Amino acid sequence: MKYMLIMNERDSDFALRNDPAKANAYWGAWSAYVAAVREAGISVSGAGLQPPETATTVRVRQGKTQVQDGPFADTKEQLAGFYVIDVADLDTALAWAAKSPAALTASVEVRPCLPPMPVAQ
Amino acid sequence: MPAADACGAMNPAYTRAHEVAVESRGRLVAFLCARFGDVALVEDALSDAFVSALRQWPERGIPDRPEAWLLTVARNSLRDGVRRRAVRERMSVQLESAVEPATREGAFPDERLPLLFVCAHPAIDESARAPLMLQIVLGLNAERIAEAFLVKPAAMGQRLSRAKAKIAAAGIPFSIPEERELPNRLEAVLEAIYGAYGLGWDDLETGGGLSGEAIWLARTLTQLMPGAAEAHGLLALMLHSEARRPARTESGVFVPLSEQDTAKWDAAMQAEAEAALASASRTGGPIGPFQLEAAIQSAHASRARTGATPWAGIADLYDALARLRPSLGVLVGRAAAHGSAFGPKAGLGALEETAAIKGRFDYQPYWACRAALQSATGQQASAREACRRAMELTRSIAARRHLEKRFLQE
Repeated sequence: MKYMLIMNERDSDFALRNDPAKANAYWGAWSAYVAAVREAGISVSGAGLQPPETATTVRVRQGKTQVQDGPFADTKEQLAGFYVIDVADLDTALAWAAKSPAALTASVEVRPCLPPMPVAQ
Repeated sequence: MPAADACGAMNPAYTRAHEVAVESRGRLVAFLCARFGDVALVEDALSDAFVSALRQWPERGIPDRPEAWLLTVARNSLRDGVRRRAVRERMSVQLESAVEPATREGAFPDERLPLLFVCAHPAIDESARAPLMLQIVLGLNAERIAEAFLVKPAAMGQRLSRAKAKIAAAGIPFSIPEERELPNRLEAVLEAIYGAYGLGWDDLETGGGLSGEAIWLARTLTQLMPGAAEAHGLLALMLHSEARRPARTESGVFVPLSEQDTAKWDAAMQAEAEAALASASRTGGPIGPFQLEAAIQSAHASRARTGATPWAGIADLYDALARLRPSLGVLVGRAAAHGSAFGPKAGLGALEETAAIKGRFDYQPYWACRAALQSATGQQASAREACRRAMELTRSIAARRHLEKRFLQE
């Protein structure tokens, strides 16, 4: 079954990325995780994301396109990256979510993927 | 063919179908769920199979292996469903390879334990866990469960549907948790069962909510997991509580534990409770909160033999329990025990500690305990206030009457 692991981080986590004293540890933790996922052969896709301030949100209402600076919701935790993994069941997906650095300081949402849309003929 | 004949005697085939339904429903559901993963579809398929049985067996005769018959019909129904929905091909292969030998041999493994663990999986909404167990494993209908949990039937139906949909959509596995996870996961199962037992406990007027069902679930759990000390502990706890039910009211008046007529306690049930406690200690595991609670109840029950309640021992047990599980209920019970063992001032001290830890709350036993201890130390005005709060916080007329009589009448 395919699950998306939605990794969230707090402002203080994002800040580590550029902190000269802490950046190595931050990126080190993530590379270790990425390596583990790769070794397990479960990854369907994944990417780290640039911080929330680089986000732009688009909405179309009454035919008008609204473009806004910033992420879609102003919450304490923000989207930091994602993985789509293919594993046997929820418990396995949860175990992988728990291993990620994001679970330690913020949260990881685990959501089952829909089966792929049938291709229109 | 009617279910009963002209003289009103039950058609034997109908009765037999009904018997099989009751005896084996849980095991059939569990077996199919473990291989199909979609609880709602399995329940529907099995319900349809039972309906078919009640229609066909009276006419064609009861099959030699009724469970195998039901399994085959349910399997076919699920298979057709899978074809129509075009999902879960993996699941249907598992289903085929499992059902075939089961229908041939007429026997299949008991998967009720994994099913119980699924119902109490952390990914399942906490308020849905006990209802799921009651419906899936015991076959209670949503209306009955809703009534016990004091929610509208539609709301309970929705809660159950959502939980079953979650099991299927999120792929919650049907398996017994690994060693490392087992204690936590087992605790969730026990909490859910105990939660179901506690429904209607305060309601002294009517029957007993779902206490019989909760006890059945705990008994089944101890049979499926004989090495789980806490499961035996939970069973012992509920049996001791249940044994005292006949003594809890006297002509609609609430009778507190210390004043109950021990002759009214169900001795057979207490014996079964003691046997469960013995089984718990035989497993050799560390003592957990349910065993401690059961030991406290056992100490109370000993009054029937000795004529006195061993309060100092009970206070010790509560101290141990409070270290493991400092819930409001435990802390208040501890305060009451300290009050009875070491005097009302000691009890009030323990109660003050509780308030310091837990802050403001609307917990009825806290106020009842406070009323009793303050009254015993001569603080009559405060005791009356506490009594009024306790009365406000209970739905039971008998309990209110008791409190009023004890603290508000001169």
